[in-house]
Amino acid sequence: MSNTRPIIQAEQLTKVFGNFTAVNRISFEVSPGEIFGFLGANGAGKTTAMRMLTGLLSPSAGKATVAGFDIYKQTEKIKRHIGYMSQKFSLYDDLSIRENFRFYGGIYGLSTSMIRKQTDDMLEKMGLTSEKNTLLKALPLGWKQKLAFAIAMIHRPEIIFLDEPTGGVDPVTRRQFWDLITETAYQGTTIFVTTHYMDEAEYCHRISMMVDGKIKALDSPKSLKKQFDAGSMDEVFLKLARG
Amino acid sequence: MTNLKRLKGFIKKEFIHIFRDKRTMVILFGMPIVQILLFGFAITNEIQEARIAILDMAKDPVSEELSQKIMSSGYFHLQATLQHPRQIEEVFKRGEVKQVIVFPHDLDRKLEKEHRAVIQLIADASDPNTGTSLMNYTSSIIRSFQQEKNQTTSQPYQLVPEVQMRYNPELKGVYMFVPGLITIILMLVSAMMTSITITREKELGTMEVLLASPMKPGLIIIAKVIPYIFLSFINALMILFLGKFVFGVPIKGSLVLLLGESLLFILTALSLGIFISTKTQSQQVALMVSLMGLMLPVIILSGFIFPIENMPFFLQLLSNIIPAKWFIIIVKGIMLKGAGMELLWKESLILLGFTAFFILLSIKNFKTRLA
Repeated sequence: MSNTRPIIQAEQLTKVFGNFTAVNRISFEVSPGEIFGFLGANGAGKTTAMRMLTGLLSPSAGKATVAGFDIYKQTEKIKRHIGYMSQKFSLYDDLSIRENFRFYGGIYGLSTSMIRKQTDDMLEKMGLTSEKNTLLKALPLGWKQKLAFAIAMIHRPEIIFLDEPTGGVDPVTRRQFWDLITETAYQGTTIFVTTHYMDEAEYCHRISMMVDGKIKALDSPKSLKKQFDAGSMDEVFLKLARG
Repeated sequence: MTNLKRLKGFIKKEFIHIFRDKRTMVILFGMPIVQILLFGFAITNEIQEARIAILDMAKDPVSEELSQKIMSSGYFHLQATLQHPRQIEEVFKRGEVKQVIVFPHDLDRKLEKEHRAVIQLIADASDPNTGTSLMNYTSSIIRSFQQEKNQTTSQPYQLVPEVQMRYNPELKGVYMFVPGLITIILMLVSAMMTSITITREKELGTMEVLLASPMKPGLIIIAKVIPYIFLSFINALMILFLGKFVFGVPIKGSLVLLLGESLLFILTALSLGIFISTKTQSQQVALMVSLMGLMLPVIILSGFIFPIENMPFFLQLLSNIIPAKWFIIIVKGIMLKGAGMELLWKESLILLGFTAFFILLSIKNFKTRLA
C-alpha cells in the first residue's frame, strides 16, 4: 500500500459559503485499496469535503486530485472513475431491482450485455436472484442499502464514496454492510466513507477526525487510541471535540 | 453515441415512473377528459331545456306549423307567448327566456308575393355559448322546415332567419373553453409535472447521485422533460379531438400551425417548470408554486374566464407577462378565425422570448447551485 501513488490527494482544500468556512484547509492522502474513514459530528464539513472530491461542488481554494485527475478541471473524468452513494437512500422505489441496475448501468454508459452480467453476478452474490423483478419499495431497508451499494459499484469504479451509508439502519444490517465494504476493499477498490458512528471507525484502515471544518487527527484507529490514551474511538472523539 | 443511449435509458425510466404512478396517470389523462366534458356539457345541457318565447304576429298556418315544429324538437321550453314587440325587452330583462322568435305580421303575404320572408331570432347573448347554440339550433330547424315544405309545393319559398344578439353582440367568449382548456392542461402537465418530477429526484437524493455520474446536468433535464413533451402533445390532440367531435368546436385555420404553436407553448411551460424546480427543494413546494404562480394567473389573468379589456389597467398590464394570454390569442386566432402565421407572428415571438428567458435563467440558477 505504501509504495504506490496515492489515489486521492488533497492539499489545503477549502470551501467557503458566504462568511462560513465549511472546510478549512484540509490535507490528506488516501492509498489504493484503503478504507478511509471521514469522521466528525453533524455539520463538521464531512459532506462538503466529499462533494468537492466527487465534483459536485467546486472548491474555494486548495488543490486535490482523485484517481489522478484534477478536481477543478477534470470533474468529468473523475465522475467516470468513482462510485457515489449519497446520504439519502438513492434508488427508485417504483422500479424493480433489475430496472434500477439497468438504469444506473446505462447512466454510466455500460453496454446492455455488461449490465446484465453485472446484475446477475451481484444479485447472486447477495442471494437476491429470485427477487430481481420485485419493486424496490417491497424490500426491507437493509436490502435496499446493500443494493444501493452494489449499484454504486456497477461500473467497477476505482474509488467509491459513501456518504453516511448506514444512517438509520439497524445494528445487524450495519454490521453486514461493513462486511460488504471490507470485502470490496479487499478486492482492491478504495473506500472513502463518512460516518458519525464512532464504533464504525474501528472497521477503517485509517481515519481522519473533523471538527469545525478542520482535520484534528489522522491515523489508524489503533494509534489514535494510543495517542489519546482512550479505550474506544468514542473517547478519542470526545477528547478531540472538547479540545 | 453513448449520450444517445444514456438518454434513451433515462427516458425509459421516466415513462416507468409515469405509468406506475396512478395519481400521475389520473392527472395526465383523466383530468383533461373530465374537464372538457364538464365544460362542454355544462354548456350543451342548457340547450335541452332552453326557455324561449314566441311572438307570433302572423297567426297564419305557416307560423303555427313552424312554431309547433320548433317546440317539438325537444330543445326548447315555451315559457311565454308574447302579444306585442314591447314585451321582448321585458322578458329578457327578467331573465325569463334565452331566445325570442318573432314571426312578422305580413308573413303570409310576403311568402305569396316575394316567396321570401324573414323570421327574427333574438337571443340573450350574455352567455354567448348558449346564445349561439340556440341560434344554430333554431336556424337549422327553420331550414329543415323550409325544405320539407318545398318538396310538396310547386312554388318554393325561402324563410330567412335574421339573427340578433342582445347584450353581447360580438359574442366574446364563444368556444372559449377549448382554447382556454388546452392552455390550462398544457400548463399543468408541462410546467407543474416537470417541476414536480425534477424536485422529486432532489427530494429522494437521486439527483445528487445522478450529478455525481458522468451524465451531464443538461442531459438529465432534457431526459426528464422529453416524456412530458410527448404526453402534453397527446393531451393537446385529445382536447382538440373531443372539442371537434363531441362539441363541434371548429378548427378553421391550419391544424399543422395549431400543433406547431402548441409545441412552442409546451416548451414555454416546460422552461417555466424547469425554472421552478431550480428554485425549490421539495415536491410540495414545487406543487404550491406551480398552482399559485402558474395556474391561478392562467385561469384569472389570461382572458380565459374574465375578459382582459374589462380589467383594471394595472391587471391589464400584468396580463402581458402571462404566457398563457398570448397562447390563448394564438389558439383562438387559428381555431375560430382561421388566422395564419402572418397575423400571429408577434404572439409567437413573445412565447419564444419567454421560453429563452426562462431557460437562460434556469441554466444560471443551476450553475450557481453547483458552484
